[in-house]
Amino acid sequence: MSRYYQPEIETAPREKILEIQNEKIVRQVRHVWDHVPYYRHLMEEKGLTPEDIQSVEDIRKLPFLSKADLRDAYPYGLLGTDLKNCVRIQSTSGTTGKRVVAFYTQHDIDLWEDCTARAIVATGGSEEDVVQVCYGYGLFTGGAGLHGGSHKVGCLTLPMSSGNTERQIQFMMDLNATILCCTPSYAAYIGESLAEQGYKPEDNNLRAGIFGAEPWTEEMRRDIEKKLGIKAYDIYGLTEISGPGVAFECEEQHGMHVNEDHFYVEIINPETGEPLPDGEKGELVFTCLDKEAFPLLRYRTRDICVLNRTPCSCGRTHVRMAKPMGRSDDMLIIRGVNVFPSQIETVLLAEGYTPNYQIVVDRERNTDTFDVYVEVGADQFSDLMSQIQRMEKSLEGALRTMLGISPRVHLVAPRTITRSEGKAVRVIDRRKLHD
Amino acid sequence: MAITQCSLFLMNQPGQLVDAVGAISAAGANIRAMSISEANDFGILRAIITEPERICAELKDRFLITRTPVVAAKMDDRSGALFPILEVLNKANINIEYMYAFTGTGPEEAYVVLRVNDPENAESVLNAAGIGTLSDDNLTL
Repeated sequence: MSRYYQPEIETAPREKILEIQNEKIVRQVRHVWDHVPYYRHLMEEKGLTPEDIQSVEDIRKLPFLSKADLRDAYPYGLLGTDLKNCVRIQSTSGTTGKRVVAFYTQHDIDLWEDCTARAIVATGGSEEDVVQVCYGYGLFTGGAGLHGGSHKVGCLTLPMSSGNTERQIQFMMDLNATILCCTPSYAAYIGESLAEQGYKPEDNNLRAGIFGAEPWTEEMRRDIEKKLGIKAYDIYGLTEISGPGVAFECEEQHGMHVNEDHFYVEIINPETGEPLPDGEKGELVFTCLDKEAFPLLRYRTRDICVLNRTPCSCGRTHVRMAKPMGRSDDMLIIRGVNVFPSQIETVLLAEGYTPNYQIVVDRERNTDTFDVYVEVGADQFSDLMSQIQRMEKSLEGALRTMLGISPRVHLVAPRTITRSEGKAVRVIDRRKLHD
Repeated sequence: MAITQCSLFLMNQPGQLVDAVGAISAAGANIRAMSISEANDFGILRAIITEPERICAELKDRFLITRTPVVAAKMDDRSGALFPILEVLNKANINIEYMYAFTGTGPEEAYVVLRVNDPENAESVLNAAGIGTLSDDNLTL
């Protein structure tokens, strides 16, 4: 069993990777200049021509693309080749505005599926494996991406798509699935359903899971691993760049290796757009290096993340990105400290609370106030006032340790946190009213 | 045997208490005794209710509700009657977290509800000292 799908590139010396990137970026920028008038115009506004980009060092000169550009250019404005060369469309869910529609040539599909194949092999996957894909099939990239990678590795692929948990469990048990691919929340749900049906974690044949497409915490990982009796691997991707597999986790479970031969990654200061040195927290930006149909350059993901270039014991030489810690548009600055709602969620889960909470930030006498309202679960409620007040104090302490500033914690009754259209309103920032 | 107290976590806001009492009323139970303690954001309604098991089951989807064993010690409704009860508990080194009282249906009959760390032990020392205690079965008396 090989540890790598494409060992030569996955473990290439850093100089080799840089050489590949330098070669590819020159061609990619030229391709975009020739085929994408929208981006060519952005370059011209900055006085740039393709000749200005001679290596990845020069990428920092290029203009950014954002979600707004994708909206403006919808649907064909960022297309990098004739439609007759395209073989596929995938699309985002459109929860944050207009749908993103991404185009693929067969070349683009191939490189994307190579990436997901690398992710599957990194979990120990081989043609011996039975891969159950319960990401949604269709426009969503989750199903198609893992499905293609599974084929490339030669695994027996169960194209389940999402939902119908009964049937998922029946196929999982009857056909001895060994690798599960879905969202982490669905993995946790399948784990619970298995337990409800009387199955113990060792009763299934699963040994690994590849979970992504939504934020999840380290606590959730441990919980899923325990419930299913597997090792849970993180995967990262976005439709704009290709889909899942832009980065994937190895057996170290300590950051996701970015497929740097296809995607150049930067971390920038979300306020100024300046690139930040490795190890600093900022917004994740990707530049495609060899795509034909949808070759986005310097696309701002809005995910806040940290890069780690220290060598990995797995032998892969590609840079690792941490699990994104939040969205740049979610970040709050409270008394000068950066606070992400996801950090609060991590603490709540670790302390045994439900992730139903609300952050209220306000300003009193020129100082930010920071209140966190948390719903108490039935198993935590005590008839003793002193006990509830101790719980509040203890949660304040845990949040202070994580965030570096002290919130006031208020325990509230279940279902009292305001919800809008089914989604909890996580942050109320009243400071804006005073500015 | 201790009796069952129902405790409800309510927000310290208008409308919360009336909702809770309305739900207990709709369920057809009788509140024999109750007390409320309040903090800034929330309060806890503690109540001795007839059929506590059924009421908790019926209310648990709408309210944060829990059951706690408490001791209901019988006493005369006269000056000085509480003292011997507390004295017995003190001698047994039993700490009282909180307490409240209600009158019984008989003449000059009262009960004090005691939330203690060890209700079984509290009940046995009280009974040994000749002080009667209620059980869920004779609560409706």
